[in-house]
Amino acid sequence: MAHCKPFRPSRRSFLAGTGAVAAGLTFLPKAGFSAEEKVVNFYNWDTYIGETTLDDFKGASGIEVNMDLFADNAELFAKLKEGNPGYDVIVPSNDYVERMVAANMLMKLDHSKIPNIANIDLAFMNPNHDPGRVYSLPYMWGTIGIGYRKSRVDGVPDSWKWLYESDQYAGKIALLGAPSTVIQIACKYLGYPLNESDPAKLEKAADLIIKQKPSIKVFADDNGQDLLLSGEVDLTMEWNGDILQVMAEDDDISYVVPKEGGLLWEDTLAIPTGAPHPENAHAFMNYVLDAEAGAAIADFIQYATPNAAAKALMDKSYTENPAIFPPDETVKNSEVAIYQGPEYSQLIDRLWTKINAA
Amino acid sequence: MEDWRRTPLVFWVTSLPPTLWLVVFFLIPLALVWVMSFGELDGLIDIKITGTLANYARALDPLYLEVFGKSLVFAGFTTVISLLVGFPVALAIVFASPRWRPILLLLVILPFWTNLLIRTYALIAVLRVRGFANFSLEWLWDQGNTVLALMGLGSYQLLGDRFEPLELLYNNTAVVIGLVYVHMPFMILPLYAALERLDRSLIEAALDLGASQFRAFLTVVVPLALPGIISGGILVFIPALGSFLTPDLLGGTDSQMIANVIERQFKGANDWPFGAALSFLLMYLTFAALTVRALVNRRAERRGGA
Repeated sequence: MAHCKPFRPSRRSFLAGTGAVAAGLTFLPKAGFSAEEKVVNFYNWDTYIGETTLDDFKGASGIEVNMDLFADNAELFAKLKEGNPGYDVIVPSNDYVERMVAANMLMKLDHSKIPNIANIDLAFMNPNHDPGRVYSLPYMWGTIGIGYRKSRVDGVPDSWKWLYESDQYAGKIALLGAPSTVIQIACKYLGYPLNESDPAKLEKAADLIIKQKPSIKVFADDNGQDLLLSGEVDLTMEWNGDILQVMAEDDDISYVVPKEGGLLWEDTLAIPTGAPHPENAHAFMNYVLDAEAGAAIADFIQYATPNAAAKALMDKSYTENPAIFPPDETVKNSEVAIYQGPEYSQLIDRLWTKINAA
Repeated sequence: MEDWRRTPLVFWVTSLPPTLWLVVFFLIPLALVWVMSFGELDGLIDIKITGTLANYARALDPLYLEVFGKSLVFAGFTTVISLLVGFPVALAIVFASPRWRPILLLLVILPFWTNLLIRTYALIAVLRVRGFANFSLEWLWDQGNTVLALMGLGSYQLLGDRFEPLELLYNNTAVVIGLVYVHMPFMILPLYAALERLDRSLIEAALDLGASQFRAFLTVVVPLALPGIISGGILVFIPALGSFLTPDLLGGTDSQMIANVIERQFKGANDWPFGAALSFLLMYLTFAALTVRALVNRRAERRGGA
């Protein structure tokens, strides 16, 4: 479920101005570093940080950032499960924050070492997946909706019906390969809550997908946007950021979050238990949450930032882009997936096996 | 050859590294997974070994047996097609001039120089709707229309009024194509080894004694190549049975193989004990397949000897 793929930004002008600013940063609590070597190990999604952010941070603090990449939350979790192999800052999504907290895999944050928390939009400061932001800070957020090829689709496909219960675009539909997401959105379409946990209702959602299978071409792992771009499919369930990337290449592609509402996700910054450089990790997180640095990142990766101060620095083509910041009504209808324990995961996997075997 | 009993030191020194390697990197991890298959999840991370058989009971659910069955079918098709295509190739290499033989063998091994993932993505570029296979077909279609137009038949649209690309990707056929493509060298090389040792005068004798080319092939070449067929079959069947990358990337909505289910247990579903049980069932299945082959082999030998 990589929602972070190589991106080809069209607006580099903004970046040109920010490189210089970073050099003059003075807010880093330098006194705290003496005990730690000047290194921070960052485990991130692919192409999910500003072009010069890591270098700028090194210039400002003298701390070298080593960045490793993971492809999905499951990989991140599996890698840290048997003990932290040495990462200081990781980027888990909301439901995995819950999982990792439940498994004691995250360290409590020291908010006093991250003064830039003040930049974050207050709406993000007390979410269900981390009340009071004890373990994680919001990095980017977004939606899952429908990416489509305008010339091949009648009007705007603003209902999940076109993916889940219609043969009008048979053979030209891709759903995500993420079992829980596909089943949860089926629940949403059936009028249940996104986080429905009643096995009978989940079974119904699975039956809906099984019935629709002849019309679905593929459960795309992380390449729905490529299938759309290459003409393999005309409608695809995808993360907004992925579709934005191909929208930049092809005017005929657009994105909509259906009226039933979609899935909201939030990627966070967190420090895994056993991090060798927690001081540096706090300093790095503080830097990422800086207004200028945060704006440079958002400008490069084109995801919605929860950083109000950074957003204020961005121009309208970003802040008023409905594919990045969907209308309030849509956000209101959408829900965040919550972690529901191992039995739920096992049931979802069983249903997914059944869907694929049917 | 010298009996190793007479030189125990040499024996122990030379066999120690591979034994250690086998024990540390194969047997111990395997034993750990085996033990885990009798465990239960205790919270999110910990696994309690309780000796439960619940994981196996779950794995024997018809749902998962069906997936096992489908994997066997995929692997079976892959093995048979690899054999049918690989045998003539191996024969051609054996009968090629000595100057060409190394070059042909190199061509067979060449794909191994590229990562499996890259080869699979290349196959996607070939098979997709706007891929090279369909481009070629469209070109042929255009040429056909040009010829028809020249013949004065252009207005009848005998080839359809527009080119409809074939749906080659994201279905079970694509998975078998991918599996055959990936595993073909494992079939050709043992076949080549077996056929190379073949005494060609036996074929000449068969032909001299009045056998047709086909009969000579069937009654002389094939039985003599049987060891190669069997080892090639095993080398293709077993990895094909456990494939997960190929069905994942080339398959459609019903191309799931058992290794895809196993992979999910260790990742998204976070159910390692169940994944371990499925893995061991897959291994038992492999052993069973090997046993069947060994029995068939032995019977064939006995019949050959009688």
